[in-house]
Amino acid sequence: MSTIVLLTVTGLGLGALYFLVASGLSLIYGLMGVLNFAHGSFLTLGAFAGWEFARRAGADNWWTFLGSLLVGAVVGALFAAFTEFVLIRKLYERHIEQVLVTVGLSLASVALFDGIWGTDTIHISGPEWFRETTGILGAQISNDRFVAIIAAVLVLLGLVFFLKRTRYGMIIRAGVESRSMVTALGIDVRKAFTLVFAIGGAAAGLGGVLASHYFQYVSPLLGGSLLIFAFIVTVIGGLGSLTGAAIASVVVALLQQFANFYLNGTGDFVVVVALALVLLFRPSGLLGRKS
Amino acid sequence: MSQHPQPSADAAHAGATGAPAQAAAVQPAAAQAGAHARPVLEIAGLTAHIAGQQVVEDVSFSVPATGITALLGRNGVGKTSTIKAVIGLISRTGSVTLDGERIDKEPTFKIIRRGVGYVPEDREVFSKLTVAENLRLAERDASPRRQLVEELFPDLLKRASQMAGTLSGGQQQMVSLARALLNENKLLLIDEPTKGLAPKIVQEVAETLERAAETVPILLVEQNLQVVRQLAAGAVVLSGGRVVHTTASALEFLDNEDLTQRLLGVHADAGHGEDAAAGHGEDTDAGHGENAEAGHGEAAAPANTQTNPNGAQK
Repeated sequence: MSTIVLLTVTGLGLGALYFLVASGLSLIYGLMGVLNFAHGSFLTLGAFAGWEFARRAGADNWWTFLGSLLVGAVVGALFAAFTEFVLIRKLYERHIEQVLVTVGLSLASVALFDGIWGTDTIHISGPEWFRETTGILGAQISNDRFVAIIAAVLVLLGLVFFLKRTRYGMIIRAGVESRSMVTALGIDVRKAFTLVFAIGGAAAGLGGVLASHYFQYVSPLLGGSLLIFAFIVTVIGGLGSLTGAAIASVVVALLQQFANFYLNGTGDFVVVVALALVLLFRPSGLLGRKS
Repeated sequence: MSQHPQPSADAAHAGATGAPAQAAAVQPAAAQAGAHARPVLEIAGLTAHIAGQQVVEDVSFSVPATGITALLGRNGVGKTSTIKAVIGLISRTGSVTLDGERIDKEPTFKIIRRGVGYVPEDREVFSKLTVAENLRLAERDASPRRQLVEELFPDLLKRASQMAGTLSGGQQQMVSLARALLNENKLLLIDEPTKGLAPKIVQEVAETLERAAETVPILLVEQNLQVVRQLAAGAVVLSGGRVVHTTASALEFLDNEDLTQRLLGVHADAGHGEDAAAGHGEDTDAGHGENAEAGHGEAAAPANTQTNPNGAQK
């Protein structure tokens, strides 16, 4: 029983990280049709920025941790908004070019991060409580898992509130259905594009800081390793669906954890099989729009 | 039976009220210069493409500042594309002037903000937004005309919190029309508002359009010729992506069986042009063939109409 609880909570923690990346990916694709391969770079830069803040603050306490979350989110948002404004805006509806530019940016940014922070992984320490464990039904669970889960739930609730209760949220939901019709109502949908990129970047930056505590290190390749699974989550959940991304994040992470433990470390393989099954039998994903 | 829009002091409407010797309601842009009132919309040499394929070719006509102008033609001749090209939803070249100001270089949202209401074919309501959200999204004026909309569409009030995707086709059309009527506009572009609707709802939509036309000019794409008879003052007929006929009197055009048969593929009395049309993709070969035929029609056309053998207005 304790093993199942441990795998479940650890899986939920990992799922939380996937969601923080996948939510932005899904919204960006849903509204703009952009497959953003540079999204991992937003996460990595957020992680490095958060770590730099904590390091310079000189203390590993809750305040520096919360500060690093804020810095990671802001830096991720700014980088994402800059990317949309400078690189993506001129390439809407040009999907091949978008892929080339975002793949290029992800490669270039990894090289840039290598140049700034080096290629070695940097170990992270946070508040002392993170290194402690909490017992649940006999399982001793690392506390940082709970932080990731709580943060992802708060981000999900915040995004739902934003999408349901604000005018820009309404524009984004409408834009996911028909971008041209939003424009034909006299709305400058480009502002919504930048905003969605910034929100996605903020979630990824936040995810970067949390991932660095979850894995206890930060490296230039951190974002890339999570991005692959975030893409799988986005496709399984249904492109453009936030709720779908949340459900798929949990499903993928749990599958991965349980398969790794019970099926001789085949977690990644099982996830890819799940992706193939979804593409074969439900190509629009769990909650995606049917084409 | 037919009911014309209210006669106007505007000379452009004289033709529609039985004075063909006066200026036409719908004319080639160049000829419109002499009209007393400036047309609300002037299109000259409009050409548009979708995915590299030309769908509108050198289209020129103008829409008077009052009343309803029908944009007619068989399926697939470029009516919807013309409307979309006017507001920049598809790539286009040529000149488009709204109320005296060029708008053809502007993005769609700016054109709409200048005072254009757009009701697309197939409604395009946001199905996952509520009725109230659909309407709120369309509000661009500081004081939107909610009272007018509530008066015209009382049913929508009751369904404010219902997801628009769960509405019937007629109700969705009301949402789509309400979105356009919420704001003060200089022009409404309305694309097949009665498509797929039950006869009773068609009549309700027609009455709504009639009411709307009292305050704002409308360019109306409509296949239901009974509705055109009821509402339209002038008409522009497209074939093969080109203008092949313009008239200040839609009624006279519809009464000309020879013309309607050749240009719309239907007798006007048959009501719904779409039903009698030979089918989709007619514009491909209809373009040249019909233009050549249209040349013969010119002699028989009334003084305030023009049938263009080349499809282009000179």
